[in-house]
Amino acid sequence: MKKVEAIIRHFKLDDVKQALTERGISGMTVSEVRGFGRQKGHTEMYRGTEYEVDFVPKIKIEIVIPDSKLQMVLDTIMGAAQTGQVGDGKMFVYDLTDAIRIRTGESGADAI
Amino acid sequence: MSPTRIVRSILWVAVMFSAFGAASVLRAAEEAPANPTIPATTPGAAPKVDSGDNAWMLVSSALVLMMTGPGLALFYSGLVRKKNVLSVMMQCLFLMCLMTVIWALYGFGLSFGRDPRFMVVDKETKKESPAYQSWFGYIGDAKYYLFMDHVAPTWDESAQTSVMDNFRSPVDGAAMTVPTASFMLFQCMFFIITPALICGAFAERMKFSTMVVFMILWGTLIYCPLAHWVWGGGVLSYGSKYAKGIFSGGALDFAGGTVVHISSGVSALICALMLGKRLGYGKTAMPPHNLTYTAIGAAMLWVGWFGFNAGSAGNAGALASGAFMVTHFCAAAGGLTWAGLEWIFRGKPSVLGACSGLVAGLVCITPASGFVTPMYALAMGVAVACVCYTACTLVKAYFGYDDSLDAFGIHGVGGTLGALLTGVFATRVAGGVTLEGHTADKLGLIDGSTSVMWAQIVAVIITWILAAVGTFIILKILDAVMGLRVSREAEMEGLDVSQHDEEGYIFI
Repeated sequence: MKKVEAIIRHFKLDDVKQALTERGISGMTVSEVRGFGRQKGHTEMYRGTEYEVDFVPKIKIEIVIPDSKLQMVLDTIMGAAQTGQVGDGKMFVYDLTDAIRIRTGESGADAI
Repeated sequence: MSPTRIVRSILWVAVMFSAFGAASVLRAAEEAPANPTIPATTPGAAPKVDSGDNAWMLVSSALVLMMTGPGLALFYSGLVRKKNVLSVMMQCLFLMCLMTVIWALYGFGLSFGRDPRFMVVDKETKKESPAYQSWFGYIGDAKYYLFMDHVAPTWDESAQTSVMDNFRSPVDGAAMTVPTASFMLFQCMFFIITPALICGAFAERMKFSTMVVFMILWGTLIYCPLAHWVWGGGVLSYGSKYAKGIFSGGALDFAGGTVVHISSGVSALICALMLGKRLGYGKTAMPPHNLTYTAIGAAMLWVGWFGFNAGSAGNAGALASGAFMVTHFCAAAGGLTWAGLEWIFRGKPSVLGACSGLVAGLVCITPASGFVTPMYALAMGVAVACVCYTACTLVKAYFGYDDSLDAFGIHGVGGTLGALLTGVFATRVAGGVTLEGHTADKLGLIDGSTSVMWAQIVAVIITWILAAVGTFIILKILDAVMGLRVSREAEMEGLDVSQHDEEGYIFI
């Protein structure tokens, strides 16, 4: 099993979710995060005082999938979240030891 | 509770009520009159209540209270960091309670207590006599209205009628058409918002306990005398018998440019200087945490200000309409100008800029609202936005003081400009001067007279000195006795948790 963490732009969330569900991904977790990479931050101005805002708001999607679906998921997210501009985000892939459905106690691929 | 904390708590309570006690002593020293007396400037002319006027004054009072809470509370709390959001709201809400109690006990008397020109008529002998001793126009006769004496209408058993003591204009003695209670309530709301405005200067770092004592002393020692000088028939009142010599016949201040805005703004500057900068000021980012609050608060201030200025007419007549109109125009011009300046110099107009500009416009028109015509109000809005924009951006940055929420930059600077521009644009055409013997006076520079301008300058200087020196002394004493700032740790943790054991935002 793998876990994919994808950091994407706010306005791409709906596209990514739709593309993934169309390809049979049945669950995901989303959170609002802040961070920076190459995009860096931007400047905000309040009554003449400038502030550098380093941490840019992004969306983090976490998906757990069987190994077989990994490439398909990565391609789908890439396709849906890409704009070609700096700041599109990143994806991280982890090996996952186990997954357990709390209601039934099922584990492994059955629990996803 | 540790013993030292208990002792300290007792000390605070003692300080809080010392002024109250002093007032009680004053009252005890006064000999109770054998018969209740009914004051009357013209004996026989019973004051009448106009229900329309009274309705407007009651609505205005409520509007002015709304300016402090939630208006100012939202306006200010949106500008601080989220760890301090409750502390600012608490300061505003607490002052609504605290200042009201002071006002009820003795504040109204100190500000508007009758002066010796008023005659009282003894019920039995029908003899007129000046009842109250002279206070030389510097402070109201607190005894007359102490503990709300003579304020509420009372039922006279013998005459089977309600005895109503209408407030009389201290300047010309004419009876207002509203009960004294309405006038008292309206002025009470001013007594609340003025100290609340100062909170913008020491936000995010002042000890709550010290703030409470500071506001009691500030209200008693600075606001009440000043209100008496300017509105209570004292040395700065236009047309007052005390406003002679250096006072140049008295200044025009329709709704509180000196009493409210200069006094609070200048005191705010002294607070900012004496408390010092917030930890990390200039090094770490301190952006406003929620400008939506600020925008809502600014809009509520705008609406509330109609009560503030148009209510200051004291009735629901044409003067109130005029004041309402110029208030609205000046706010609009101010917001437009500030946002426009940002658009020109920074590339984009900002929400905070529009909010700041409209509040600056409201501040500026406050002293002038009964005395200027609509087109000059627009001009004043443009002028004050330019001046306050400079004060809040360039001047503050140049001198490096940490006036957290620009209480000085907007209220101090805008109020001063408004008071001076009143000396320029005031005209008798606007109808604000209704004193007997004064209605034909030429007023501002455009009316072709310089006397009001001089009086405005004198009033501005005196208000600056009173507010600055008074605040300095009070803060020096409190610094020695209680300490002004929270501890370094408490400031870093945020005042919400360190001063109130609460958090503004708990989402899980």
